Amino acid sequence: MLKFLARRALLAVLVMLTVLTISFALTRLSGDVAVAMAGPQATQQDVDTIRKAYGLDRPLTVQFVSWVADVASGDLGRSYLYHAPVGELIRSRLPVTLTLGLTGLVIALCLALPLGIVAAMNEGRVLDRGIMMVAVLGQAMPSFWLGLLLVIWLGVKWQLLPISGVETWDGYVLPGFVLAFSAVPALMRLTRGGMVDALASDYVRTARAKGLTRFSVVMKHALRNAAMPVVAVAAVQLGFMLGGSIVIESVFALNGVGYLAWESISKNDFPVVQAVVLFLATIYIALTLLADMFNAVLDPRLRIS
Amino acid sequence: MPEAPLLDVRGLRVRFNAQVEAVRGVDLTVERGQTHCVVGESGCGKSVSSLAVMGLLARGAKRSAAHMRFDGQDILGLSDTALQRLRGDRMAMIFQEPMTSLNPAYTIGSQMAEALTRHRKVGKQQALDRAAELLTKVGITAPGLRLAQYPHQLSGGLRQRVMIAMALMCDPELLIADEPTTALDVTVQAQILRLLRDLQAELGLAILLITHDLGVVARIAHKVSVMYAGEVVESASATDLFAAPRHPYTQGLLGCVPIPGKIKRGDPLGSIPGTVPRIADGFTGCGFRDRCAHAMPQCAVSVPQRDDGAGHRHLCHLS
Ligand SMILES: Nc1ncnc2c1ncn2[C@@H]1O[C@H](COP(=O)(O)OP(=O)(O)OP(=O)(O)O)[C@@H](O)[C@H]1O
Ligand SMILES: [Mg+2]
Repeated sequence: MLKFLARRALLAVLVMLTVLTISFALTRLSGDVAVAMAGPQATQQDVDTIRKAYGLDRPLTVQFVSWVADVASGDLGRSYLYHAPVGELIRSRLPVTLTLGLTGLVIALCLALPLGIVAAMNEGRVLDRGIMMVAVLGQAMPSFWLGLLLVIWLGVKWQLLPISGVETWDGYVLPGFVLAFSAVPALMRLTRGGMVDALASDYVRTARAKGLTRFSVVMKHALRNAAMPVVAVAAVQLGFMLGGSIVIESVFALNGVGYLAWESISKNDFPVVQAVVLFLATIYIALTLLADMFNAVLDPRLRIS
Repeated sequence: MPEAPLLDVRGLRVRFNAQVEAVRGVDLTVERGQTHCVVGESGCGKSVSSLAVMGLLARGAKRSAAHMRFDGQDILGLSDTALQRLRGDRMAMIFQEPMTSLNPAYTIGSQMAEALTRHRKVGKQQALDRAAELLTKVGITAPGLRLAQYPHQLSGGLRQRVMIAMALMCDPELLIADEPTTALDVTVQAQILRLLRDLQAELGLAILLITHDLGVVARIAHKVSVMYAGEVVESASATDLFAAPRHPYTQGLLGCVPIPGKIKRGDPLGSIPGTVPRIADGFTGCGFRDRCAHAMPQCAVSVPQRDDGAGHRHLCHLS
């Protein structure tokens, strides 16, 4: 168990270093940062001043090393737009984004798990085919379009849910649903596949031979084994959702990390862009690590060798 | 009037698809406290028949029978819940595949305990105590340790012992054992069979034992049914069957050493040239005729069911 986790943690550190490099490279490759920051009206002098102020005149390797050192010491740099430390900016917006992501994940799982289980229990029958067809249709429907439909009907026409802001909890429902939507088909198919295999397995036959109720056979014996791959993919999907929050937060006017990212990209606030990319990647890595740990809890074969 | 048999199956039929019947009118009778062995080549329908009795057939399989009684009670028309209450309580089953028959995600203790808590009003701890006691009974040392372990930590032989112990949790009257030793190595096979025989003597268990091993049949069977292509072609007491096999297929199986006690353990069934034909619907006559040295023209038309009046039955024109 410890060896397993140590291996995963080491892997996470390596991925982290790669991400540092990439997010650094991306902001530098997108053109001359100083020119972009100075804006179209700036003189050469302005540009030079900015370049000096942000240390952009140093060689790239030096910039990289000093940035990594800063990050390692917890300093993510300063936003030139907000004139505030980037770490603080992100921290203040984090609750909104995390709530949104978790809402999305919960909604996705609440849809995908029952549908996948029911489909597997009716493998090959009309119900199964129907559910899978809806999944395919759902996957083909662009989520921004669904978002608009929901906004128009639930938000504007029937006025059931707020369409922007999160002053109350129900402000998360629509954006959460739209985020969840794209994750449902994959999670559902995975649940169904795992359940079909589990239900046909020898240990499920044993469980039935013991006279266990259908509920216990399905929910205890089959689902526990089918859940393992679902957990891993759900973690990945949550990562995607946090990334997707960049779009969703702008659409639904939620002031979260995603909105911050969108704003800083469009205004060339490169310290923020760098930090947000790094931050999202870190969460992503942490999530997969968490999924590994959770899987080890579910599967004793990973825990005890 | 003799007591009704514990398990009484007449005319069991199972089909998986429209064209082929896997089991075509099987009769099986298991008396209380006795061992009834079912032998036959691979694919002749032994597993399917036993799963049909337990109501454990894969979805999509269609089962019918003239009647199917357990302890005098009809189990053919039983509701799912009523059958669940019977399964694991009064009739239990162990399988051919010990490596995969236990759930990898739960401890041995939890899997064994739930077999008892499902059917009896007992607490978890009581169930675990019972499990430990049964593990000892099936020859597992350090039961406390084993209960906390997961299936992947146990060898195949140990897992099959666990399966047997688990089947005994509710003190069943009938144990169906589908080739319980096929997947194990030879020394372990012998141990498991000795265990089953001892358990039967001790608990008065009725056993329906499916096996490939004629040595086993000779040593522990009271009755034997020989299956061929979805039918029971001959059924008799073990002594009768070994002394005077009537069906040419049985004779072929026993071929080399037809005397009980002289067959070495682990002997394969005698091999008969040819293969089992595909029996599609509309098939008439004897399924064995293409491989039979005594085949006659009328074998393609019909097969009579013969009964010597003393419980020795077979399907053949020859008597
Ligand atoms: N789920 C299923 N779907 C379709 N056909 C099946 C299914 N299970 C069994 N069969 C068919 O039923 C027939 C009997 O199979 P069964 O498993 O009872 O054989 P067996 O006598 O137990 O053989 P073995 O000694 O190899 O275990 C086989 O021809 C098999 O192909
Ligand atoms: Mg079989």
